[in-house]
Amino acid sequence: MMKILVVDDELDVKDLFLQRFRREIRSAQFQLDFANSGEEALAYLEGHKSEVILILSDINMPGMSGFELLRHIRADFKTPPSPVVMMITAYGDPDSQKQAVELGANDFLTKPLDFTVLKQKLHDLA
Amino acid sequence: MGHTAKLKPDSMNQDEIFSSFITLAIIWQVRRFLDTRNRIPQWDRMLQRFWIVNVSFVILSTAIDEDFPLRLIWLFALAAITYTVWLIKDNQSARTLLIALAPFMFFMAISKIIQDVFPHFAKAHDDFFESINGFALFWLIGFFIVANRQKKAQVKIDEERALEAEQRRVIEAKKQELEYLVAERTAEITRQKEELELALVELKSTQTQLIQSEKMASLGELTAGIAHEIQNPLNFVNNFSEVSIELIDELVDEQVKPHRDTELEAELLTDLKQNLQKINYHGGRASSIVKGMLQHSRTSTGQREPTDINSLCEEYLRLAYHGLRAKDKSFNALFSTDLDSSLGLVSLIPQDISRVLLNLFTNAFYAVQQRQKQGGPLGYHPTVIVSTRCVNKEAVITVADNGTGIADDVKQKIFQPFFTTKPTGEGTGLGLSLAYEIITKGHNGTLEVESKVGEGSKFIVTLPG
Repeated sequence: MMKILVVDDELDVKDLFLQRFRREIRSAQFQLDFANSGEEALAYLEGHKSEVILILSDINMPGMSGFELLRHIRADFKTPPSPVVMMITAYGDPDSQKQAVELGANDFLTKPLDFTVLKQKLHDLA
Repeated sequence: MGHTAKLKPDSMNQDEIFSSFITLAIIWQVRRFLDTRNRIPQWDRMLQRFWIVNVSFVILSTAIDEDFPLRLIWLFALAAITYTVWLIKDNQSARTLLIALAPFMFFMAISKIIQDVFPHFAKAHDDFFESINGFALFWLIGFFIVANRQKKAQVKIDEERALEAEQRRVIEAKKQELEYLVAERTAEITRQKEELELALVELKSTQTQLIQSEKMASLGELTAGIAHEIQNPLNFVNNFSEVSIELIDELVDEQVKPHRDTELEAELLTDLKQNLQKINYHGGRASSIVKGMLQHSRTSTGQREPTDINSLCEEYLRLAYHGLRAKDKSFNALFSTDLDSSLGLVSLIPQDISRVLLNLFTNAFYAVQQRQKQGGPLGYHPTVIVSTRCVNKEAVITVADNGTGIADDVKQKIFQPFFTTKPTGEGTGLGLSLAYEIITKGHNGTLEVESKVGEGSKFIVTLPG
């Protein structure tokens, strides 16, 4: 079973993901957890060391941005298994993508999310 | 006269001739002295003719050596002289002349008459008549001198008057010239005034246009933010409707199964209802953003409405951030709000205050962006913090950034219209001046700034509740 942490300041992201992955959840393929900010995500990671496999994080968030979260993750959670991080942003510009890759993101997704593509990627990882 | 009068015809005649000459001389002098030619021209001509006739009579009487009635003629001449002087008695010297002549003529006439009528009496009192006549002659000469002096004085006065008149004329001319100049100047000033009024009207319309263009410029800054803000709810609308279709498909599949899972069906229905609610909510969110945008571009109604300052701050902070983000993708900043929930609704003009907030937020993000570009200190985090407080029944909004800060000489000018530190074409220089107007004049509030170069700025808006 793959553990996925979704980080986004939009609360309804939770319901959306739960419904989009309802089949995978029901069949216990994925386990979804949610954080509303970078800070919350870091706190979650502290409590679930070596458990988390995949993080899906928004970049534009008030407070700690997705990039900062990524920087923290790469700096503080080096002990394997180091989490796979996918960055999501509304701005699909090359600069952001480059920055994400430089900071150690495994993948880069643009909003609006294509869930079919996302599912495919997750299945490939699983 | 100056000799002994005799009854002999020739001596008599000599006497008469002498008297006639004196009379003629007097007439001549009086005419000249009183300037009768100009004063009483008609009478003067008569006098002249009379004088010529008189002269010819005197010459005639000398020539024929006859006892010609010369006495009658010069008596008549005396009367004429008296009348002449009488005619211009208004003249001071003429009056003096009259006083001079009157006794002389009177005694001359009387003595002649007495000599003629009572020759013996006259002869007996010859000395008396002589001295009377002498006295009268002195009187005449004396007063003639006085009259002459008076005349000279009069001439002097006349000259002075003429001079005065000339001066008056010059002054009058100058006055007219001045009046002409004044009229000309007045016309010029009036023309200038009209030009200025026209210029003022043009300026006012330009100002209105500028304010409108500032609104449009800030709308331009907003568009990217708005697009981003609309995109999020639209994504939810799309996603939840897609998921709902999936849910319905699942539900239909479940219904045709021989062993229906009613629990699952109920769960699916609950999810469906929840999704529709979410679609509704996010649709509303999108339309409220569009409404806000329209409100921003519209001319202010100037109508105060009870407004939630906190939500206004949150909304425009995001818009400002995403607006700048859209322009500069590499830009990232921390922004947070510290909102006082006890603030409640404040009566204000929402379009105007939102314009102020947008301007303050945009400026704050610009300041931190500039500092980041200049290469801020190690570990520099561009940060904008918006806080609201309720202090003494007043709403206080503080916009703090850790950007470049404002130098003191610049600080004095930031609220002036058209002052901008941005490169040409990037800022209108109207943002803060409009904000200042809106807060102070529109809402009786205050807009203050605290800033330190290299540390950041803090703009404090105070709105009376």
